[in-house]
Amino acid sequence: MRLRALTTTAAAAATCLALTACSLIGDPEPEESSGSAGGGGGEVVLVTHESFHLSDELVAAFEKESGYTLTVQAAGDAGSVTNKLALTAGDPPGDAVFGIDNTFASRAIEAGVLAPHEAPLPEGAEQFRLEGDDDHLLTPVDTGNVCVNIDTTWFAEHDVPEPATLDDLTKPAYADLFVTPGATTSSPGMSFLLATIATYGEDGWRDYWQRLLDNGAKVVDGWEDAYSVDFTQGGGKGSRPIVTSYDSSPAFTVSKDGATTTTKALLDTCFAQVEYAGVLDGADNPEGAAALVDFLVSEQVQAALPDLMYVYPVSDTVDLPAAWARHAPRATDPLTVDPATIEAKREAWLRDWSDLVSR
Amino acid sequence: MRRVLGLLALAALPVAVLAVFFVLPVSGMVGRGLWGDGGFAPGQVLEVLGRPRVHRVVWFTVWTSSVATAAAVALGLPAAYALHRLALPARRLVRAALMVPFVLPTVVVGVAFRELLGESGPLAGLGLDGTPWAILAGLLFFNVAVVIRTVGAAWEALDPRPAEAAAALGAGPWRVLATVTLPALRPAVVSSASVVFLFCATAFGVVLTLGGVRYASVETEIYLLTTTLYDLPAAAALSLLQLLVVTALLAVSARLRATPDATVARSVPRPTRVGARDLPAVGVTLLLLAYVAAPILTLVLGSLQTPDGWGLGNYRALGSTGEGSALLVPASTALVTSLRTAVDATWMALLLGVLVSVIVTRRSHGRAERRLRALLDGFFMLPLGVSAVTLGFGFLLTLGHLRSSPVLVPIAQALVALPLVVRTLTPVLGGIDDRQRQAAGSLGAGPLRTLLVVDLPVVWKPLLAAAGLCFAVSLGEFGATSFLARSDAPTLPVVIFRLLGEPGALNYGMALAASVVLAAATTVVMLLVERLRVPSTGAF
Repeated sequence: MRLRALTTTAAAAATCLALTACSLIGDPEPEESSGSAGGGGGEVVLVTHESFHLSDELVAAFEKESGYTLTVQAAGDAGSVTNKLALTAGDPPGDAVFGIDNTFASRAIEAGVLAPHEAPLPEGAEQFRLEGDDDHLLTPVDTGNVCVNIDTTWFAEHDVPEPATLDDLTKPAYADLFVTPGATTSSPGMSFLLATIATYGEDGWRDYWQRLLDNGAKVVDGWEDAYSVDFTQGGGKGSRPIVTSYDSSPAFTVSKDGATTTTKALLDTCFAQVEYAGVLDGADNPEGAAALVDFLVSEQVQAALPDLMYVYPVSDTVDLPAAWARHAPRATDPLTVDPATIEAKREAWLRDWSDLVSR
Repeated sequence: MRRVLGLLALAALPVAVLAVFFVLPVSGMVGRGLWGDGGFAPGQVLEVLGRPRVHRVVWFTVWTSSVATAAAVALGLPAAYALHRLALPARRLVRAALMVPFVLPTVVVGVAFRELLGESGPLAGLGLDGTPWAILAGLLFFNVAVVIRTVGAAWEALDPRPAEAAAALGAGPWRVLATVTLPALRPAVVSSASVVFLFCATAFGVVLTLGGVRYASVETEIYLLTTTLYDLPAAAALSLLQLLVVTALLAVSARLRATPDATVARSVPRPTRVGARDLPAVGVTLLLLAYVAAPILTLVLGSLQTPDGWGLGNYRALGSTGEGSALLVPASTALVTSLRTAVDATWMALLLGVLVSVIVTRRSHGRAERRLRALLDGFFMLPLGVSAVTLGFGFLLTLGHLRSSPVLVPIAQALVALPLVVRTLTPVLGGIDDRQRQAAGSLGAGPLRTLLVVDLPVVWKPLLAAAGLCFAVSLGEFGATSFLARSDAPTLPVVIFRLLGEPGALNYGMALAASVVLAAATTVVMLLVERLRVPSTGAF
């Protein structure tokens, strides 16, 4: 009896360990970043948000060209990345950062997170530079707009004219049809709030939101919730044909033959988002960080951005993927709010917004 | 004196681990909030605690957690009885199945619940979507397993003779339950209830997803204050409040848990046949099973839907990196990482948990020693009650070069699982009559041999149960892991979260398929543990 119990246990424990390749604190990969032979060598640590993504080929290209090894630490959203760095200013947990956007840029600069670095910008990128960033602390890498998206098939089937503006969303014809992620919990949600602030002004947006909510707008936690669960063209079978998403989203609802798409972005409702990269102040490897920032605005990364991160490159010389060029036209004149104003007013706006939504 | 030294020696390792990986980061983060820009400002804490919004947030947290805990105990007790004392068919499978929610990442469960309760879901008529009831339903879904598991293990180890004696003396079944069984189970019930309360009070994803951002709990508020608003003084104030509440709760539960007599039996009764009076308990169990199964079934059905109709396409895709290569590593690699991490987290939590349990349950000589043991007991529960955001940011702030080490992931998971181990083991260890150890000692057994022949046979089953719980907690842990995991070595819940956040029908389908795989992996692990729970009469 006793023996059997022991053998069962031992066998099970062995199976378990074998299944999991015996990890008793094992790091299966050898340390790659130890040696630094000659000029370019050692490890570059990139701090970024969880939507960051580079293909293996691009990582290999960077490591080959520069001689550095790239380690990516991706967690949280743009806000949590910025605050993480603000908290550790001077003793950063990495060398470079990617993913600080225009809504958080002022905070990063004020907190002294970044070191100056002038990257060679590709053609067309100059317009995305952060206003007032004369020290070249932040380098624009990509841009994408948060826009209201609609399910065109739904509107055709139900014989309802398609909405076009933010104002339309408060009309009775579109009652109970709109879903958006919350501004306090999601960055596209925040961008949509900023779009309404840009449109209706600091005095008028609360009134607009009240009308929007009275018209049955639904506010959910995150983008994935709004798009996957509530939107009619998402993964599930939602019941709302109007959703807050990106101007690139229609490129992902394309039919099999690539001829048509079932959704459309309303280009008059877009809020401009620009994502920046930069060298961190106090980095262990500032040269490596600078090389990485330069790499992010290089032709090869810029061309790959749409497929990797669903954003548009800042460079206007690279070709967009076919589905994008055809189905996801870019907003030409998106709404904006001055970054410094956002930083100063964010807390008050979000508090007012929360009160409106939870009333 | 030697006793106290021995106590301290045993306590050294767990205390050191907790000091470095919990006390240091949390106090670093709280300190940063209190000593902001203009020196020490405790007045700010009072100002924050006076805000009406904070009052609303605290009240919401307290009432939802209390109701959810009460519901978990009320439904968990009959199920624990039915699944651990009755000879129900397939009870091992049911026990394992009820554990599944415990490991599912909240994002996935949130989506599954909303597909059921949402406007276009089959249960839309209930009108629960976006209400506090949906949040309560989610909290219950996640936590009822803790009660079943902890109380069930204690119930199984309960000496049946006092109850039989009471019955022989003419007490009816309800009277036996009320006067004999429940008092004997009180330590386990109080233990599991306090753990469930802490889990509920620090729940994050459930509140956000199911409440539709209309409701804020202390945990979500700390997240908002830290990651979006960068209002560190306010976040520190709320973290302090959390610590205070947790400490108070632990003090109360320690008082309620104290039990005067030793009631653990060496022999375990065989499961009894199901009689007519067991029907309510069996009914509750079936109800719970249906309740747990509904969202999981939604997941399974969703995972089998592909753009080309029904099929296994989403599962086959798990070996890839998704549509538009949304992932850095294939989901299958992430599963292996998850399992490896879980093995590490489990042995760490068991090692620390056994040490802590032994320390806190040994009979004390004198009041000071008893106090010290009680203090240690509470100390190791603290990680459950503190915000993962505060801990995660604290790691960055205080751990220097260690902050990017891959070892942090299993350590953080082990800290979350540690209280579960302690709470599973202490009721049983505490129930061992110390005279048995003295008898063993006087017959010539050394301390180690005493441990082997007296403690181990009794603790054996709860220990395995605890190992299963740890493994499950580690497999499903998302909050701390998403913060600490290296991008090239994500765990499966991190991958699922990422897939849900990417556009493309295949990515959504893969997220659901990966969730089903995670659920299946848990069930297999739990079944394995059930297998291991050898009939121990006479073993050792």
